[in-house]
Amino acid sequence: MNLTQKIKASRTALDAHVREIINWHFNPETGCPFWLEYAENLDFDPRKEISGYADLKCLGHFEDEWLRGGPVRRWVPKAYTDQPIYVFETGGSTGVPKSRISVRDFQIDYEIFSKTLSEDGFPPGSDWLMLGPTGPRRLRLAVEHLAQHRGGICFLVDLDPRWVNQLVRYGKNEELDAYKNHVISQALNVLKAHDNVQCLFTTPKLLEALCEKISLQKVGIKGIFCGGTEMDAQFHRFAREELVPGIDFVPTYGNTLMGLATCKPFDPADNYAIIYYPPQPRAVIELVNPDNPDEPVDYGETGRVMLTTLTKEFFVPRFLERDEAERAEPIPEYPWDGVENLRLLTELQESVVVGVY
Amino acid sequence: MIHIPILRAGRSYRSLKTVVVPHIKTGEPLVEVSQANRGLIAKDLLDLPLHKHTLSQRTIADLIAMCKDAARLFTSSDLPLDSGTQSPDDYIKQVSGTTGLPEVLCQQNMGKIQGVLENIETVLDGLTRGLDLQILDTGWGIQKDRTMSYVCETDALGAVLPSNSPGVHSLWIPAVALKVPLVLKPGREEPWTPYRIAQAFMEAGMPPEAFSFYPTDYPGANEILFRCGRSMLFGSGSTVASWVNDPRVEIHGPGRSKIIIHEGQNGDWVEYIDLIVESVSKNGGRSCINASGVWVTANGRKIAENLAGRLSQIEPKPLNHPEAGIAAWANPKAAHSISALIDRHLKEPGATELTKGERVVELDGCTFLRPTVIWCEDHEHPLANTEFPFPFVAVVEVPASQLVESIGATLVASVISGDADLIDKFIATPQIDRLNIGAIPTNQISWDSPHEGNLFEHLYRQRAFQKKN
Repeated sequence: MNLTQKIKASRTALDAHVREIINWHFNPETGCPFWLEYAENLDFDPRKEISGYADLKCLGHFEDEWLRGGPVRRWVPKAYTDQPIYVFETGGSTGVPKSRISVRDFQIDYEIFSKTLSEDGFPPGSDWLMLGPTGPRRLRLAVEHLAQHRGGICFLVDLDPRWVNQLVRYGKNEELDAYKNHVISQALNVLKAHDNVQCLFTTPKLLEALCEKISLQKVGIKGIFCGGTEMDAQFHRFAREELVPGIDFVPTYGNTLMGLATCKPFDPADNYAIIYYPPQPRAVIELVNPDNPDEPVDYGETGRVMLTTLTKEFFVPRFLERDEAERAEPIPEYPWDGVENLRLLTELQESVVVGVY
Repeated sequence: MIHIPILRAGRSYRSLKTVVVPHIKTGEPLVEVSQANRGLIAKDLLDLPLHKHTLSQRTIADLIAMCKDAARLFTSSDLPLDSGTQSPDDYIKQVSGTTGLPEVLCQQNMGKIQGVLENIETVLDGLTRGLDLQILDTGWGIQKDRTMSYVCETDALGAVLPSNSPGVHSLWIPAVALKVPLVLKPGREEPWTPYRIAQAFMEAGMPPEAFSFYPTDYPGANEILFRCGRSMLFGSGSTVASWVNDPRVEIHGPGRSKIIIHEGQNGDWVEYIDLIVESVSKNGGRSCINASGVWVTANGRKIAENLAGRLSQIEPKPLNHPEAGIAAWANPKAAHSISALIDRHLKEPGATELTKGERVVELDGCTFLRPTVIWCEDHEHPLANTEFPFPFVAVVEVPASQLVESIGATLVASVISGDADLIDKFIATPQIDRLNIGAIPTNQISWDSPHEGNLFEHLYRQRAFQKKN
């Protein structure tokens, strides 16, 4: 199949997937209370009106404020009420955090992502160190599952990003440094004590801090899976050229609502540009005109990220994220739209504390 | 478009992250400035002890000679920029183009930087108060029959710099001659001057390792302040808030410089008007050593009216006009909001504006704020003791008995008084950073006198030292 055919096939598969998810979430036998109640206030039946991705427009835009506060069980699909339910939080430095429920989504997302990792960089059976935000976040369990899925054991170092945000906000530089040292010294202990740790998950800032203290290559790290919105082309280059040369460096972008986007395989011709592809059809990213979200931007143009999550556990139609990016062309590995140079919306860049851990 | 790279211990590095700074008048992109990511700065600064060691191998005498060469190169040579070179004329046009400072004032600032480089021995003599500088080569020595030893407290001087006026860079220049490498974070609109000074130094034979130049963002700037043993930080409010209690960081905030005239009803205030006009308006009124207050014991209203007449004559002119005396605003919104802030404060009783006409003026594609004179009857009025980066001055009348207590923190004060007791009180108050007694403009700098903190004392500490023969 050539790329054009692949793009067409992926689109057809997406439309079929949308129908399946709509039928699931708006069916009283399987759907969750939130969407069933939502449908009661519509003057149409989504199961009849929505036959593909484009039709999701009729549901408007998901508002993340709906995720703030309880009851959280209104999000649990009826079909899963007897399953163990996880709750994952996002944000929460101040006030009530937003939360979403999950059953197996985080495991499925990371199992799919696992297929994109090389066996040289992330050898099956090798152990992992997860050095990043823990607590009520999806990431900690997801990375642990990834390690287990690949036959490894995951060592964990706690990090509370909400505390870090507080320290940054109030300019407590010394406390911030002390906390960073506290976290990094625990990571060093793991790396020194456990020879089979060959894979690492961390954030850009923690990777920099770790590399100040130790050569990751010398302690046997072969692959690094690194995520965070502060990842940009310059950091990518800096990591590959100077921080961790010779180590398989895999940038990723994940969030609680979407799952995990994978990065386009490294190609020197991209000049270190970070190009992510969402896990379609489980999630779709469209880049839209910030002033008119119904209008997608052209390839190469900048647009606001509009996310649609389509799993049986969680349905998020057309949520306008606080990020922007340039629209990237489909590629054979991911025959759907990607996003390049993902970053905080320009209008928010001055006012929001992000990526501090 | 011209590109300004990062200098990593003298080595050029082109970043994938850049900021484009437009020409203030045309809005067209003028320069693309490479931006250092925070981690790159952190990694580089681990090597500062090596760079310090390299620079320390040179004698102070050698470094002084190189400063003098750099003075000549800075003002009269083509120096490397991007893949080409930058002539002194290019430099002046470029600084003016991104900062809005008229070209003629850029030229004057160039002379100020040349002056520091050229007179570096006098400057060091002033900073060290006559220390035999060879003592810094050997770490100890004997001067006037006393054994003396100085130890350097840092491997580098970090400097988080402003964009307001190129002359400000004369403050950190002596560090190199004092054997301390530089880690410079330029202001967004003014990467030109620190980059050109570094190029002049390297061309003069200084070890390139002594010059790191990191255009960067807020986290990057914090990294410099955190990792350099000594730094200077320019800014106010939230920019400096988290560093005010860190003795490693010398804060350069608002100056609130003042001319203080103590006289009776029949005083000679008229003869000081020229002095006030110069102190308020020289260099476009942009510097912290420009007077923003005239505090008097009598004739306040008359002085303010006279001053308004004189300062009103300074009208905005195109940036390349030979008589241009006011700077344009790189960010016109900031000009409008400062003007609106002044108007809001004027609604509070106790202050009257004596300058007439529109304060915000558009001319030749640029936005200017015209000189503004405020007569304050109440010294606690919000406009009485404030500072804005244009020729803004408040004339405040207070009883002689309250003068010293009421002036607040003041970078430069020129005190004109015949009362010896009052002068003694001004000499005694720690509120004034640089004190001029007599009719001396606030902006007049003496090369042999420390200005805005003592850089030598910031970098070096005297210690007890004994040596058994």
